[in-house]
Amino acid sequence: MSDKSKTVLDLKGLLCPMPVVKISLAMKTIPVGAIIEATASDPGVVADIPAWARSSGNELVSLDKVADREFRFVVKRLK
Amino acid sequence: MSKSDPTKPKRLAIIASKGTLDWAYPPFILGSTAAAMGWEVGIFFTFFGLSLLKPKIKASVTPLGNPAMPMKMPFGPKWFQNIVWPIPVFMMSIPGFQALATTLMKMTFKKSNVATVEEMRDVCIQFGARLIGCQMTMDVFGFKREDFIPSAEIGGAAAFLEYAGDADVTLYV
Repeated sequence: MSDKSKTVLDLKGLLCPMPVVKISLAMKTIPVGAIIEATASDPGVVADIPAWARSSGNELVSLDKVADREFRFVVKRLK
Repeated sequence: MSKSDPTKPKRLAIIASKGTLDWAYPPFILGSTAAAMGWEVGIFFTFFGLSLLKPKIKASVTPLGNPAMPMKMPFGPKWFQNIVWPIPVFMMSIPGFQALATTLMKMTFKKSNVATVEEMRDVCIQFGARLIGCQMTMDVFGFKREDFIPSAEIGGAAAFLEYAGDADVTLYV
């Protein structure tokens, strides 16, 4: 995957429901098959981003806790 | 539109019947989240929830009659912020107390970086959620169509029930 098809999104400082909202809005701006790499500080994303991906029909490629109150996840647009 | 159609998006139908700040958040948080998940969303605003359709939302909150609401200060050192102030009920009826409680609650939300009610509502609109004002309570409380944001629809109980009849999740807030 080239870096051209990767969008980086900073969601740090945002609380529920804004990380999900922002990811969903960003998803509409990228082509199918492209990915978004996001960083968030809200621990709620651990439960909410996988739920959003399942419900919206997109792929959660990875979700990792990289530090205390810092989470990085990658989602792929499937439709 | 049948339930067995797997391609049909899920649908959320909410009745928002309260206009205080604490009750203003849930319909818009759930509505914007569901819409972000690809669901259809309709929120029916009735009784005091109607004020959430005004361009500027002036929702208040007070611990009077809301005893689980803690009175905390959103500033100062941590130990100070953790104090739950035991405000006697009679003091809650002093003029200005409700405005103070509302200001403190808004400061608490802002400090935590929670979006405002109006921002959440804008997200709902951006995602195409239907925001429906109740015609009957509009008439009772003297609201006119022009009092509300342009994207609001007007409807009655039958309009809501028809929509909610095909919903997967229905909530009364």
